Amino acid sequence: MTREESAMTKEEQIAALRAQTWREDLRKSRKTKERTDIPRVEMNEQDPEIRSHNHLEVNLGLTAEQARLEAARCLDCANPTCILGCPVEIQIPSFVKNIERGDFLEAARVLKETSALPAVCGRVCPQEKQCEAQCIYTLKLGKPSVAIGHLERFAADYERESGRISVPELAPKNGKKVAVVGSGPAGLSFAGDMAKYGYEVMVFEALHEIGGVLKYGIPEFRLPNSVVDVEIDNLRQMGVQFMTNCIVGRTITIDELKEQGYCGIFVGSGAGLPNFMNIPGENLIHILSSNEYLTRVNLMDAANPESDTPVAMGKCVAVIGGGNTAMDSVRTAKRLGAERAIIVYRRSEEEMPARVEEVKHAKEEGIEFLTLHNPLEYYGDERGRVKQMRLQKMELGQPDDSGRRRPVPIPGAEVVIDVDQVIVSVGVSPNPLIPNSVEGLEISRWGTIVVDDNMRSSIPAIYAGGDIVRGGATVILAMGDGRKAAASMHAQLSGKE
Amino acid sequence: MNKIVSRTELSDLVVRLEVEAPMIAKARKPGHFVILKLGAKGERIPLTISSADTQKGTITLVVQRVGLTSNKLYNMQVGEEITDLLGPLGRATHIENFGTVLCAGGGVGIAPLLPIVEGMKKAGNKVISVLAARSKNLIMLEDEIRRHSDEVVIMTDDGSYGEKGLITVGVEKIIQREKVDLCVTIGPAVMMKFVSLLTKKYDVPTVASLNTIMVDGTGMCGGCRVSVGGKTKFVCVDGPEFDAHQVNFDEMIMRLGTYKEEEQEEMKKLHQK
Ligand SMILES: Cc1cc2nc3c(=O)[nH]c(=O)nc-3n(C[C@H](O)[C@H](O)[C@H](O)COP(=O)(O)OP(=O)(O)OC[C@H]3O[C@@H](n4cnc5c(N)ncnc54)[C@H](O)[C@@H]3O)c2cc1C
Ligand SMILES: Cc1cc2nc3c(=O)[nH]c(=O)nc-3n(C[C@H](O)[C@H](O)[C@H](O)COP(=O)(O)OP(=O)(O)OC[C@H]3O[C@@H](n4cnc5c(N)ncnc54)[C@H](O)[C@@H]3O)c2cc1C
Ligand code: FES
Repeated sequence: MTREESAMTKEEQIAALRAQTWREDLRKSRKTKERTDIPRVEMNEQDPEIRSHNHLEVNLGLTAEQARLEAARCLDCANPTCILGCPVEIQIPSFVKNIERGDFLEAARVLKETSALPAVCGRVCPQEKQCEAQCIYTLKLGKPSVAIGHLERFAADYERESGRISVPELAPKNGKKVAVVGSGPAGLSFAGDMAKYGYEVMVFEALHEIGGVLKYGIPEFRLPNSVVDVEIDNLRQMGVQFMTNCIVGRTITIDELKEQGYCGIFVGSGAGLPNFMNIPGENLIHILSSNEYLTRVNLMDAANPESDTPVAMGKCVAVIGGGNTAMDSVRTAKRLGAERAIIVYRRSEEEMPARVEEVKHAKEEGIEFLTLHNPLEYYGDERGRVKQMRLQKMELGQPDDSGRRRPVPIPGAEVVIDVDQVIVSVGVSPNPLIPNSVEGLEISRWGTIVVDDNMRSSIPAIYAGGDIVRGGATVILAMGDGRKAAASMHAQLSGKE
Repeated sequence: MNKIVSRTELSDLVVRLEVEAPMIAKARKPGHFVILKLGAKGERIPLTISSADTQKGTITLVVQRVGLTSNKLYNMQVGEEITDLLGPLGRATHIENFGTVLCAGGGVGIAPLLPIVEGMKKAGNKVISVLAARSKNLIMLEDEIRRHSDEVVIMTDDGSYGEKGLITVGVEKIIQREKVDLCVTIGPAVMMKFVSLLTKKYDVPTVASLNTIMVDGTGMCGGCRVSVGGKTKFVCVDGPEFDAHQVNFDEMIMRLGTYKEEEQEEMKKLHQK
């Protein structure tokens, strides 16, 4: 298929769905003005003062009435630009209109045609940069977009809580085995699709828990483990098998997997390696990566007295960075009792890569933002515990390669602040285990696995996707990669290529 | 999975456990370690693979009880299972025929030294082992080490066995006596620091196996980091063995104290139960 042809079929598909009688009737049931006059729904949330002392989910979800009213704002455009903003091109108007007419299970089904993890994506996708940025309300009407993310979450949660989760139809078993390296969103969505195609699927995971970053990284107050576990249980019901505590490349090699009859291997091993800044004093006690901090708290449950794993609970905690990982760390520190929990970021708030909602929530919870500051050095006490940090004040200069204005130091402008814990959250690098252990695998200069348009690596039996291919990216992209890899591996293995 | 098939107390502080782990037994090489976790709320701790039996599909761990998890492990019996066991981790020891290799192990460091002694001997080296501990009952695996060494020197702090004195005394005597091509040292960080200072004086290349605090053991957290030659390295993936003369031992010793208070709190759990 050429690109044009596939684009054509997509447009036709969108048009066909839109032409269904119920959709036409629904469109006519309200005037456009009536729709655009409805104010955007506000997510129900826990009170900031209360939630900053507990680990329960901040967002409480929408009620059915709220969801249906919000869905009514959607104009069901003939040319739905929102779909173009979605990295996996979910049929957005189609699921939204199903919510408007009250068929929530059908809305969930539409979502699941494209997205393997809608309950997760509804919670963690940067919608304001994706679908919602391309909504007609944003583009043309100068009003807040339809709350697509909240609606996605609503439909997925409704289905889960209804207990009527549709288990996808599985093709008859084809007798072929495939292996998955890593159980993050890339690996999970690949596994689900391959099971549907009829393969026997085994997922190998290095840690003792399934879920990758969804489990060890993103905290409970943003993405409850129970939401992820339901997805994993679904996969188990579909026959997907999991082996924890198994590192491919160490416990078992790729060659051994091939000997054992695995005819295709998908690598979704993520970008788990924390970067440090390599500045003086960075190895002092109580300076740690956000990965270590979040792993201790989320995966090892260290804040729970029942857990054997310790975690230091700082009173004055600085978190270096402006991404989702930094926001998760700083808000966790607040929940563990920090009196001051501070974001230290070298650019301004506008350039922060974190989701807008996380920044808003952080502020409501009393997180301090020290933007345009960059750490230069840390100082320790007599036992080597961090006690102060020296910061360089910055200003914004010319835009850099990423299009964001480059932060430049203001000569001589420095401050020293007291801290007793510092969490370094300045990005991650690809996990080198697989790249280093497989001969002949083409690796980029950033350490990512090089793949073609079909997610296939330089070794024909090995496919890869998610952060190991993109560097630190997003859940939705990882999931999309997993599904794309499954489709092309299936084509290859069934001789349709 | 991971059932304990045999258990031998080497002293009242040290136990040797043979654990079912066929995949790890097959893949491991000298110098590799595992991470294990006991129970749902357990912590993850690293332990060196002391030996392995590929026929039986087992690995042997030698554990000294120092804190909560090592004490729990010490108390485990044959037939019980280790909840989570991950490995083999780290880089294998670089083994070749160097000529004369001096293996200096202190306390519980003797256990991880064993596979290296064995490997070095098999590669054709003359192997001289210096084992040291506070007193006689902490010298372990002596017979096994002897089996693969050309010479064994024992040092105890209190003189209750072998020669009286610190490990450095024994190491220095040998370096003064004959040409040593490589020194491998494993033991408490302070011990390794002083062995390293000594061999540096005599220009003997030295490898130390570092025992930092770890969480995942896969390079994901950076909790195990140390400075080697002024650069930050992750012990679990870049090590655990490094050129001892480049290691910043003072920083490592400082970092080992990170959770002192919390560890003491955790230990109370043992006594409550
Ligand atoms: C704290 C935090 C917050 C985030 N917030 C958001 C957000 O709000 N929105 C968003 O879209 N994205 C967010 N991200 C990014 C997102 O989580 C990642 O892009 C995504 O998880 C990548 O998925 P993946 O499947 O490629 O890898 P991962 O989720 O990293 O999973 C990889 C898995 O592979 C395992 N593994 C690695 N090597 C091996 C091996 N050799 N053998 C066996 N197993 C192996 C690892 O242990 C891990 O479990 C966040 C990331 C973090 C760390
Ligand atoms: C690569 C590697 C290989 C190891 N191999 C072995 C082995 O074969 N046999 C063995 O008995 N031990 C070994 N260790 C040390 C072992 O991991 C620790 O003794 C264990 O983590 C202590 O856990 P705990 O809960 O019992 O004690 P904790 O309560 O965590 O600590 C109690 C005391 O031990 C000290 N301590 C904590 N962690 C370490 C550590 N990693 N090393 C030294 N002291 C520590 C603390 O400072 C404290 O004083 C190894 C460590 C590493 C990194
Ligand atoms: S133990 Fe986490 S990076 Fe080494």
